[in-house]
Amino acid sequence: MEYVLLSLIVIPIACAVLFVLVPSHYPQVTRYIALTGGLAMFTLSAVVFFVYEFNGGSGLRYDLQWDWLEDVGFLGDHGISFFLAVDGIAAPLVLLNGIVILAGVFVSWNITHRPKDFFVLLFLLVSGVYGVFISQDLFFFFFWYEVAVLPMYLLIAVWGASSDFGTFTRTKEYGAMKLTMMLVAGSVLIFVGIFATFTEAGLGTFDMTELRAVTYSEDFQKWCFPFFMVGFGVLAGMWPLHTWSPDGHVAAPTAVSMLHAGVLMKLGAFGILRVGIQILPDGAEFWSPVLMTVGVTGALYGATSALTQRDLKYMVGYSSVSHMGFVLMGLASMNTIGVTGSVLQMFAHGVMTALMFTNVGAVYDQAHLRDMTKFGGIARVMPRHAAFFTIAGLSSLGLPGLAGFVAEFHIFVGLFQAGYWWAGAAGILAAALTTTYITRMIARAYFGPLNERWEGLKEMRIGEQAAAALLIAGILFMGLWPAPFVDRITDTVQTIPGIG
Amino acid sequence: MTGTNLDWELLAPEFIIAGWALAVVLLDLFWGRLGKEPLGYVAAIGPLAAAGVSLIWVDDTRNFGGLIDINDYTTLFRVFFGLIGGFACIASARYVRQGLLHPGEYYALILMTVIGATGMAAARELLTAYISLELLSFSLYVLTSYAKFDLRSNEGGLKYMLLGAFSSAFLLYGIGLMYGVTQTTHYDGIGEVLSGYTEDIEFAMYLGLALIIGGLGFKVAAVPFHMYTPDAYEGAPLPVTALISAISKAAAFALMLKLFVQAFIPLIDDWRYFVAGIAVATMALGNLVAIQQSNIKRLLAYSSIGQVGYLLLGIAALSPESASALVLHMVGYVTTNLAAFVAIIVFYNWSGREEIHEFRGLAERAPYLALSLTIALFSLAGMPLFAGFATKFILFQAAAQEDLLWLAGIAAFFSFVSLYYYLVIIREMYLGQPDETTRFPTPWLEYAALTVLVAGVFFVGLYPKPLFDAVEDSTDSIFPPAAEAQSVTQP
Repeated sequence: MEYVLLSLIVIPIACAVLFVLVPSHYPQVTRYIALTGGLAMFTLSAVVFFVYEFNGGSGLRYDLQWDWLEDVGFLGDHGISFFLAVDGIAAPLVLLNGIVILAGVFVSWNITHRPKDFFVLLFLLVSGVYGVFISQDLFFFFFWYEVAVLPMYLLIAVWGASSDFGTFTRTKEYGAMKLTMMLVAGSVLIFVGIFATFTEAGLGTFDMTELRAVTYSEDFQKWCFPFFMVGFGVLAGMWPLHTWSPDGHVAAPTAVSMLHAGVLMKLGAFGILRVGIQILPDGAEFWSPVLMTVGVTGALYGATSALTQRDLKYMVGYSSVSHMGFVLMGLASMNTIGVTGSVLQMFAHGVMTALMFTNVGAVYDQAHLRDMTKFGGIARVMPRHAAFFTIAGLSSLGLPGLAGFVAEFHIFVGLFQAGYWWAGAAGILAAALTTTYITRMIARAYFGPLNERWEGLKEMRIGEQAAAALLIAGILFMGLWPAPFVDRITDTVQTIPGIG
Repeated sequence: MTGTNLDWELLAPEFIIAGWALAVVLLDLFWGRLGKEPLGYVAAIGPLAAAGVSLIWVDDTRNFGGLIDINDYTTLFRVFFGLIGGFACIASARYVRQGLLHPGEYYALILMTVIGATGMAAARELLTAYISLELLSFSLYVLTSYAKFDLRSNEGGLKYMLLGAFSSAFLLYGIGLMYGVTQTTHYDGIGEVLSGYTEDIEFAMYLGLALIIGGLGFKVAAVPFHMYTPDAYEGAPLPVTALISAISKAAAFALMLKLFVQAFIPLIDDWRYFVAGIAVATMALGNLVAIQQSNIKRLLAYSSIGQVGYLLLGIAALSPESASALVLHMVGYVTTNLAAFVAIIVFYNWSGREEIHEFRGLAERAPYLALSLTIALFSLAGMPLFAGFATKFILFQAAAQEDLLWLAGIAAFFSFVSLYYYLVIIREMYLGQPDETTRFPTPWLEYAALTVLVAGVFFVGLYPKPLFDAVEDSTDSIFPPAAEAQSVTQP
């Protein structure tokens, strides 16, 4: 089983190397390698998720520890080790990544501009994401975190699209540079936090299981936690550091938006949980009101901003900010049910945002337009597309039976349980705003009389339909049968010190 | 001096290089038909062979006349500098054929820099260090102005030489004062005197220390002694720029590290914040000014100034751990920088261009070249998979361990700033539309050298253990316990 974990990192890298070796005039070969790799990763991710046994205990399973750098310099016995393991929090996120990358490969089938280079970078990114979810060594955690950020610039700047709003433009270079710079600036804070934690622990190891066992002084935890909270918060789309997210996601090509909004933003929230809360629980306790406030603000701010967007992709981008606000609120509740809800929301938001970006990409590829007011009634010409988008929207606004409901329900219960009734109330308001912007968008673009300009639109390509079906399966799975998720997550969350 | 042990065979690698340098000059003189390009490949054999020969002294600890250490530290740098010299010759070959006169002397001077650099790392005494440093510097002054019909080359060479001479005077004056106070020029002797001080230390001591730091600061191009760097980098023929950025910095740091460890460590509380201040200024100026550059050589000049700032971090946080981290980062940095320069030299040989916007569309015309340069630039920016991430992480962590967390934080911040200007080059290569779409021809030998260097960048980034072990062995050999055991009787 531990080699299954290893292969989650090795497969995408091996695929990337294969892509480099295949000459560029065989794009079809590249695509089939990508499909094979995607299927393999999806299957193995599903295996990891389902095989994971939840029966109490520390929660770490299938660990594989290889020393990488030890007994040199300031490093002790297991100084830096290649340490993989999965716990109940990581298991659903691994599954999420498997689903989204396979869907991403389906969606990217028709990329004709340098498909080879595109897949190299995409798979590199995926390896980084897997690495973060399953690394138990702080050095490698950060290593993979940066690997996931590294290819973004080129992916957006080369394969993305610029937006023209008449009075001003947002070029793809702008979106790419803004995203990269803000995320790496966040990494600087994480860097400092890691240095400080390592030095304070004085163990000579980056092994997170050992770093967690240390009791750090209260003062240290108080000043160190914000470095992790803000540093990872940038990637989690934490208000007010979320501004890269709409611009970056709009500029990115569809598959990259899916992966980035669907999975990469979770790395930020996951980092706050895995590094921030698990290593520095007292610091997290101290700063949780602040985290709660920015989470609530982000949820409301993202929802109100989404309400004012006419551009479909910007609307989805701001809705991501809003939903990530829920994730942060769940983390800040610092109780089992709230944090569980937060992880559930990571999964739920991941699949539904990926689905939304799939749909936006499908319509943009044909219409070269994303202004929802210029559409109208296109459900008549693209019925499946409309249905898929509606399902994503309904999950987003928290309709029972879909993934979003399960997650938000847990979060709200957690909030009220922790005494944050005001945050719970604000969260429910944000959910109401979500309902407004989603139904408004669906009404404007998909229903009503058909705008004749769009009579010629065709149904989504079969690859996009496959991607959408896969993602909807994820939404329904969690929506209708949340037990496998809740069991796994709760099993680990309740062992985290400091979470009541 | 008593106890002199003149084991001449200890200097075999240096003799090999010197002899080879002479042979290259004679070869060019009497058998000019060989051509400028093959001569470079012949010249490369010398330092590479010397690097191989120097492996004889692995785990050996001896010295030559009490002046030069032969230990793991020296061996590491002999190998390292030998490799740099070899790569510099190979990278020069085509460039020299296309644009320079007098190839024999050119290659001979490159080999001389290797001897000078090795001497700086090996010296255990200030005057030996000084003479080695001058050998390195003078070779580089000449090499910088080697393109004698190019005004920029002449200007760069002159600036380099004038300021270099000035800084040498600083250094020499500092050495003089140091000798006046401690009555010795041996590192360990100075260290003994300084650690024996109980009452106030004389002002002349501090002045000497400041002058030595200033003089060495010039050689590594630390702010505010960096003024010559951009002009020298821009004016010098490209392979010489690569050589300056690699060997002159590495050698100066090798000297500085050993000197500070063995001689000045008793006063660490006095100079630590001085060096830390220089490090901050160097990182800030180098990285911020680099953003505005439009010429790739000037950009790399400023970026190398920024890199010096990170390396100074290791000096400010001086301890056995940070010394090995410093050398590790230096090896990683030099490998990466050489990869970047080899890629740029190949591009220049083909197109004759060196402005950043002229790299546009390179990914279409020479995908491998663009990929290699991208890897090198990402590595310089400290991105993972490549050398820069692992070595910077270890170096900054080493500084944080010595209560310099704030300095490590500043370094991480400027490392982030540097990503911006590296991305600007990458943007030109991958996003720009090329002026013409013809493919570059493939220069096999240069590509082979590039591949070796890029492989090195990956190796250090993905599996630094062997290198780190070797580096730690080498830096352990300069720390006092080992040094004392072997020290010869002082005069």
